Amino acid sequence: MAEITLKDIIKEENLVYKRSEIMTGKTLSYCPGCGHGTAHQIIAHTIQDMGIQEQTIGISPVGCSVLMYDFLDLDIQQAAHGRAPALATAIKRVMPEKFVFTYQGDGDLAAIGTAETIHACNRGENITIIFINNGIYGMTGGQMAPTTLEGMPTATCPYGRDTSIMGNPLKITELLALLPGTYYVTRQSVHTPRAVRQTKKAIRTAFENQKLNRGVSFVEIVSNCNSGWKLPPVKANEWMVENMFPFYPIGDMKVDGKIVNK
Amino acid sequence: MAKIRGAVVVDIEGCKGCGVCTVACPAKVLALAKEVNGKGYNYAYMQNPEACIGCESCAIVCPDGVITVYKVKVD
Amino acid sequence: MKKELRLMKGNEAVAEAAIRSGADAYFGYPITPQSEVLEYLMAEKPYERTGMVVLQAESEVSAINMVYGAAGCGRMVMTSSSSPGISLKQEGISYMTGAELPCLILNVVRGGPGLGTIQPSQSDYFQATKGGGHGDYRMIVLAPASVQEMYDFVELAFDLAFKYRTPTMILSDGIIGQMMEKLEIGPQKPRRTPEEIAKQCPWATVGKPKNRERNIITSLDLSAVRQEEKNLKLQAKYKEIREKEVRYELINCEDADYILVAYGSSARLSMKAMDILRAKGVKVGILRLITLFPFPTKIIKEITPKVKGFLAVEMSCGQMVEDLRLAVEFKKPVEHFGRVGGMIPSPEEIVEALEQKIIGG
Ligand SMILES: Cc1ncc(C[n+]2csc(CCOP(=O)(O)OP(=O)(O)O)c2C)c(N)n1
Ligand code: SF4
Ligand code: SF4
Ligand code: SF4
Repeated sequence: MAEITLKDIIKEENLVYKRSEIMTGKTLSYCPGCGHGTAHQIIAHTIQDMGIQEQTIGISPVGCSVLMYDFLDLDIQQAAHGRAPALATAIKRVMPEKFVFTYQGDGDLAAIGTAETIHACNRGENITIIFINNGIYGMTGGQMAPTTLEGMPTATCPYGRDTSIMGNPLKITELLALLPGTYYVTRQSVHTPRAVRQTKKAIRTAFENQKLNRGVSFVEIVSNCNSGWKLPPVKANEWMVENMFPFYPIGDMKVDGKIVNK
Repeated sequence: MAKIRGAVVVDIEGCKGCGVCTVACPAKVLALAKEVNGKGYNYAYMQNPEACIGCESCAIVCPDGVITVYKVKVD
Repeated sequence: MKKELRLMKGNEAVAEAAIRSGADAYFGYPITPQSEVLEYLMAEKPYERTGMVVLQAESEVSAINMVYGAAGCGRMVMTSSSSPGISLKQEGISYMTGAELPCLILNVVRGGPGLGTIQPSQSDYFQATKGGGHGDYRMIVLAPASVQEMYDFVELAFDLAFKYRTPTMILSDGIIGQMMEKLEIGPQKPRRTPEEIAKQCPWATVGKPKNRERNIITSLDLSAVRQEEKNLKLQAKYKEIREKEVRYELINCEDADYILVAYGSSARLSMKAMDILRAKGVKVGILRLITLFPFPTKIIKEITPKVKGFLAVEMSCGQMVEDLRLAVEFKKPVEHFGRVGGMIPSPEEIVEALEQKIIGG
């Protein structure tokens, strides 16, 4: 057989992957290599695979992903900083048959919105929460977040986080797993193909769980903030593996309402 | 023996040149171009197209969703 | 149709009115003197009566953001609180105004500042009528003066909120909220179906079908050009509200030399003062404000040439009186009388204030 050319391969019938139709096609406002983008692609593919665009309502936070509604072709509400779980609670309660998810950064979910997060989880709202933990406030220019690691420098702790002054990094996901209202709690990442596949499974589970009406499905994604960390994208991912993962270990914390013992 | 051949198309103008795809590719197919796109990014391209196995790894990690993947089986 | 009469507290009347007007949801947090709203709803189980959602939130901040979420789905949704709680809700109210979402907020006012007192007051007039939260905005504000009006204004407030896509407040106080009166209640209205909601609120986020653009509920627009347009659109809405929605009651104003201007409890107290003054031969009338925003400027301008002076009676250190002065434009004397901190003015004190500050002044 004659040598096969690129032209022979690049044909509609040979297509195996393309961007989800749930993405609007608008250029993402994120920095090059930012995990927010990858997380968006995964959510879009999941909603497309499940065929639930018409039944899904998303809630965007205040943070870099505030404009999520520009990128996902879904009905979306933009919440005040930290309040997304309160919106989600009400949306789900007035339309229990719909799929409702929040998408929140660590400042949004684990600082200003701590009360809304914990109480939505404790009430066992039948929603999905997607939590992007990049250990920093991306949008406002790289200030300290509740999740900032000990010793990690940020704009508001330029000499590194001194826990004796600034308190300790908050493992809010571990905390939430302890609440009876959470049904599925997992920590994932999106920096490698394997990680993306795992995260996609997790997000799928988190959406499927809404059919069971058993409580909150919570997916943390440990992610990068290249701009805030002042590292090029690939280096940032390496830094994340070396520094973030030991403190925020990847894996399931609670499955089917039961704590996973490691 | 059947052999898998893949190919990717990068939307050059959508690429932000982050390089995440280049390290994700198990076959070392992708590299960042010396040239830049309209936004000034060194976009990703297939430097080594024959090696592509159409595994989608590059595409699924691309934050901007600008990689499309094609795959064929050749005998 | 046969009238249905009940004896109820003002706060309970609001709760019953919400159920009967077909409200979809209530979110609140306990605070004196309005906790009866949530207590009544929980006892009545509207989720069984009509399918209405009722939830005690973890805070007023959360409650108003739940209201935002439900309102964004086109639902008829309300919250209630008292002054300190209403302060916490300002963030959500500002966001809802920016996102043009309808809702009903009941404020059963107590004295402040701070934790203040649980006794009744009217010291939140500025907060209610001048915006309250950040940004250039207003709320429609209704001031009931009876338990009957607490009931009636619920449906009115929802109608206005949806007509103008704006948060609407019932500004009551501890006296009206807590007092029991006979009232006539209306029949149960059915809640709107999802189809009716989608038709009435084509902007609602209820899931995007293939055949329409996605709906977005947001107060954000980073383009200064568009954000200015949005602000001007809000202002145009307020202009229309000022033209069409002013509500007030004139009592004995035809022959009046002096006008007591008051709302809510103060208007009731002023009625007694008016009777005393009329018995003494002083021609006194009352302008009872029903909408605080929009403020009834036009009628005040009409009355001004015919009278000798105005006394604003309010349980505050002088808030509504500022709007009154703006309307009178210094053409006639305008003075203020009020008791604060939970103290309730007696009709005799009002009589004395008018005699000393306006008639004698
Ligand atoms: C009430 C309020 N306080 C503060 C801000 C400013 N602000 C905007 S985004 C942000 C932090 C966002 O950080 P995070 O949630 O970690 O998201 P990221 O941008 O890192 O994705 C802050 C403090 C705000 N918009 N509103
Ligand atoms: S600032 Fe950080 S979190 Fe925000 S888009 Fe850039 S890399 Fe991502
Ligand atoms: S991952 Fe995407 S955006 Fe980044 S270089 Fe590759 S193709 Fe470009
Ligand atoms: S499809 Fe697989 S082999 Fe081909 S370029 Fe992408 S990652 Fe490399």
